[in-house]
Amino acid sequence: MSLGDWSFFVEHRPEIFGATLEHVELVLISMLIAMLIAVPLGMFIVQRPALRAVSIGIANVFQTIPSLALFGFLIPIPFIGGIGKRTAIVALVLYALLPILRNTYVGLSGIDPAVLEAAEAMGMTPAQILFRVRFPLALSIILAGIRTATIITIGIATIGAAIGAGGLGTFIFRGVALVSDSLILAGAIPAALLALIADFLLGLLERRLRVA
Amino acid sequence: MNAKIEDFSGNLIEFRDVSFHINDIPGREVISGVSLTVPTGETVVLLGRSGSGKTTLLRLINAMLLPSQGQVLVEGRATVEWDPIRLRRGIGYVIQEAGLFPHFTVAENVGLVPSLEKWDRCRIAARVGELLRLVGLDPAEFADRRPRELSGGQRQRVGVARALAADPPILLMDEPFGALDPVTRAELQREFRALAQRLGKTIVFVTHDLREALLLASRIVLLEAGRIVAVAPPQEFLQLEHPEVRAFAASLETGPGVPA
Repeated sequence: MSLGDWSFFVEHRPEIFGATLEHVELVLISMLIAMLIAVPLGMFIVQRPALRAVSIGIANVFQTIPSLALFGFLIPIPFIGGIGKRTAIVALVLYALLPILRNTYVGLSGIDPAVLEAAEAMGMTPAQILFRVRFPLALSIILAGIRTATIITIGIATIGAAIGAGGLGTFIFRGVALVSDSLILAGAIPAALLALIADFLLGLLERRLRVA
Repeated sequence: MNAKIEDFSGNLIEFRDVSFHINDIPGREVISGVSLTVPTGETVVLLGRSGSGKTTLLRLINAMLLPSQGQVLVEGRATVEWDPIRLRRGIGYVIQEAGLFPHFTVAENVGLVPSLEKWDRCRIAARVGELLRLVGLDPAEFADRRPRELSGGQRQRVGVARALAADPPILLMDEPFGALDPVTRAELQREFRALAQRLGKTIVFVTHDLREALLLASRIVLLEAGRIVAVAPPQEFLQLEHPEVRAFAASLETGPGVPA
């Protein structure tokens, strides 16, 4: 990084800051929606093997679509498509689903059978077993999935700029077009920092919630 | 609590010609044609090799499994007619490795059934203290610990305390001392025998250890391949001629550390 890059950052501080906020907003909204879908779905499929294969399979398919292509596919779709934030959020949610769904399922199903047997034998209802035993014990694993999904989302959200969603990707795409390293770095460095911070904070939380 | 169950005289648990097959496929019997009565206050030990069906029999009592044929009666009422949740809240259950909830403290583990039964907090706390002392753990030292901070023997003590929490008339125990070292096991067996005599619970205890059966049982029920092959009080059990009894008796003679 040259001195030129540094002075560029200093001069464009407000724009970079604004784009970072926009980026965080995209990620937070997408993650919130993804969690609201994937965690309950994961809880629902634990006891239903047929649904489990189908839903994890579908989530898997979204993961394999290259991100730029997925953004492109979504544009012509009515209601969820078009140019702008909404389309980007839909795509980001689709990417975030798999890690959360898979970890929710793995966490909920990986519980010591003796513990579940005791819970059932003590007369806990299926709902009590789910919310008071399975879920608290799976929480750190679910959170690990949320952490992975968050980091993926922070990275992929930069591509949202290609369809007019704003965020730090704006600098990167402009930098590529203008062959300006300063511009690329102005998008890439804050995005990398965001990912590192999110990873660190969610890692702390994950360790605090780990049991045994 | 449970005055109705406490007052139940006669056969608290009864198996009437019970068969159980996995996935209800006839011919794959885990239990076949078992009839057995367990009167109030008795300690019945189900003895048998691995796969002889003893755990299955135990799980038929608290409706974790339902019979494919015949009936299991608790308090004179078939388990299929019981609300399984209500039935299980009146039956204590102890398993190998205790199955304690790792995210709960010792006090929360022991107080679980009372809290499910919506006792008030003071009453639960008092009950937890009483039970921990009963199983030989100082509440001041152990109540706030997590299961991972306990030894195997301590965990098993907590398991017993948890099973007794709501003062159920019936206790089901599935090799509760099986995973412990021999010294701790002998210690817990002795203490448990004294406790069982004092509390007057009706106990069904599963083991593959004849010595444990002889020590704890008021009646030993020997299972082989899903059938009852012998029933006798411990004093008479070793005199029986059945080949499976002889096989178990032989294991006693050659067992480690047993004086001939």
